[in-house]
Amino acid sequence: MAVGKKTLKELFSRTLKIRLFEEKVWDLFGENIVPGTLHLYLGQEAVAAGVTTALKKSDWIQSSHRGHGHVVAKGADMNAALAELLGKKTGSCKGKGGSMHITQLDVGVLGATGVVASGLPIAVGAALSCQMRKTDDVVVCFFGDGASNNGTFGESLNMSAIWKLPLVWIVENNFYAMGTPITMTCPSSTVAQRAEAYCIPSKVVDGNNAVEVYEATIEAVKRAREGGGPTLIECQTYRMKGHSRFDPAKYRPKEEVDYWLSEEKDAVNVIQKIAIEQGAITEKDADKIREKLQKAVDKAGEFAKNSDFPEPEEALDDVYAEAI
Amino acid sequence: MAEITYREALKQGLREEMLRDERVFLLGEDIGLNWGGAFKVTKDLAEEFGEDRVRDTPISENTIAGAAVGAAITGMVPVAEIMFGDLITLAMDQVCNQAAKMRYMFGGQTSVPLVIRTVFGGGKNLASHHSQSLESWFMHTPGLKVAVPAFASDVKGLIKTAIRDPDPVLFAEHKLVYDRKEEVPDDEYLIPFGQAKIRREGADVTLWGTFLMVHKALEVAEELQKEGISVEVIDPRTLVPLDTKTLIESVKKTGRLVLVTEETKTGATTAEVAAIVQEEAFDWLDAPIKRVNAPDTPVPFSPPLEQYFIPDNKRIAQAVRDIV
Repeated sequence: MAVGKKTLKELFSRTLKIRLFEEKVWDLFGENIVPGTLHLYLGQEAVAAGVTTALKKSDWIQSSHRGHGHVVAKGADMNAALAELLGKKTGSCKGKGGSMHITQLDVGVLGATGVVASGLPIAVGAALSCQMRKTDDVVVCFFGDGASNNGTFGESLNMSAIWKLPLVWIVENNFYAMGTPITMTCPSSTVAQRAEAYCIPSKVVDGNNAVEVYEATIEAVKRAREGGGPTLIECQTYRMKGHSRFDPAKYRPKEEVDYWLSEEKDAVNVIQKIAIEQGAITEKDADKIREKLQKAVDKAGEFAKNSDFPEPEEALDDVYAEAI
Repeated sequence: MAEITYREALKQGLREEMLRDERVFLLGEDIGLNWGGAFKVTKDLAEEFGEDRVRDTPISENTIAGAAVGAAITGMVPVAEIMFGDLITLAMDQVCNQAAKMRYMFGGQTSVPLVIRTVFGGGKNLASHHSQSLESWFMHTPGLKVAVPAFASDVKGLIKTAIRDPDPVLFAEHKLVYDRKEEVPDDEYLIPFGQAKIRREGADVTLWGTFLMVHKALEVAEELQKEGISVEVIDPRTLVPLDTKTLIESVKKTGRLVLVTEETKTGATTAEVAAIVQEEAFDWLDAPIKRVNAPDTPVPFSPPLEQYFIPDNKRIAQAVRDIV
């Protein structure tokens, strides 16, 4: 399938946007103004960019604990997203959620979750809702290789298959569940093989290549929209940083790190190169796009920093629709 | 008015809501065509509304609850059935981490209008995995509402309120009250949450309890009347929100309080209610608050063991006599 120039430009722009957003988060973390922990999306940008570019606005995504990239890619307001990470009143969750619950429902994000593998059942319900309400919306569920060892993986894949739900399962296989390598926890060489047991078609793609991710998602989304049921796509990728904010990731072998974090394998470089080769953008365009995105991210950073914290007693709000 | 069972009243409530609002649907194990629910609450509803809206599921409690969450936040109003209250342990993440917290951790972005129906209580020799009374766990989970109907006339009005509530409701039933009959209005009626019902007026002692224990309390009150002890019996009907006002007013009148539930004693709802009353009505108490609960053991199987475990009329009556 030939990917159009407009799409290639969008894939580049979206991949870069996530990269710059996460670099900003990393900087703010360096300033010691990000409370709690962080699971950065750096390195995996092509997955969220490729997947979300294949969706329409009213489609839904279910995020994971490593959710900043998903939310930004789906079109969340960067000001509100960064403010949320800093625990500010202007955050998308009014400072109640933070990194692990960063969410903006009105752009189609069902939620980010701190419990690994807990998003899968929610995605099943959202897809069931799309089916029952007879919309043509689809649901995409992001989760990691680690989540595929949880019981909800089997339950949810099974349910999605028997009901032929409009659902795309995206496994972001970064080869480590925190510090445990997948070779220690999964007997098969891919996660995708597990889908076969549920009669779900699957595919393994290079998760650092936004075009590959996009093409696989387009096909899966088409099947889902046409009533053909779920698909599982395993996107093989790699974290640029550790699992969370203080993890130096010393447990990863040097050769492996050198391969994945090389210039040639870098998600932004990969899509930039393709987009330029295909004539979708020039070097100059790339610089311009970068400059524009950087400006927006910097502005979001300032917005977040300058925003107020919530009043302490706001801790009591939003437990119920009406206070009881 | 017609005299019908608790089971029939509950089914009427579900049916009326399904007729009123097409977003309402039921899902759970064996609730549909072949079985009609383990306790026959949903019998014939699949025939009337179709298998889409009365949806049999695989044995996947966590995904049943999670699917309800996903459907609820995308425009449906699911009523999920967990066949036995004990099995909700398999769905605790979705009930307590997801459904209960979503509004809060997403800063009020979404309501989670779902109902989880389940059934508690012993008395049927079903042993340790099918007999527990776990309502205090959910009373202890901010974000959930908890209904504990004990009478046919309450269960119908309460399930209708639960379905219309924008917040997640844990709707607990009791195995031994399904067959109890009572006059139930034919016309539509709703019972607001947080309004206890004084089931019998009295002057000497207040007896507060839930589920089957309310029925036993009424029998005990009748018996003690012959001894010249006048007992007021209060059924809270919902634990969250909890009607403390009715209870406190009663205690101010009687000066004595006995709390009775089928839960194991430590950390039971009775402990919470006792604490509230001593905080708010200490000066009116003429005797220590008494708790009548099951012992702190798993629910035993053999009939004499189970009968010993579940509070009986004799123990309740003795607790009253002890403080009069």
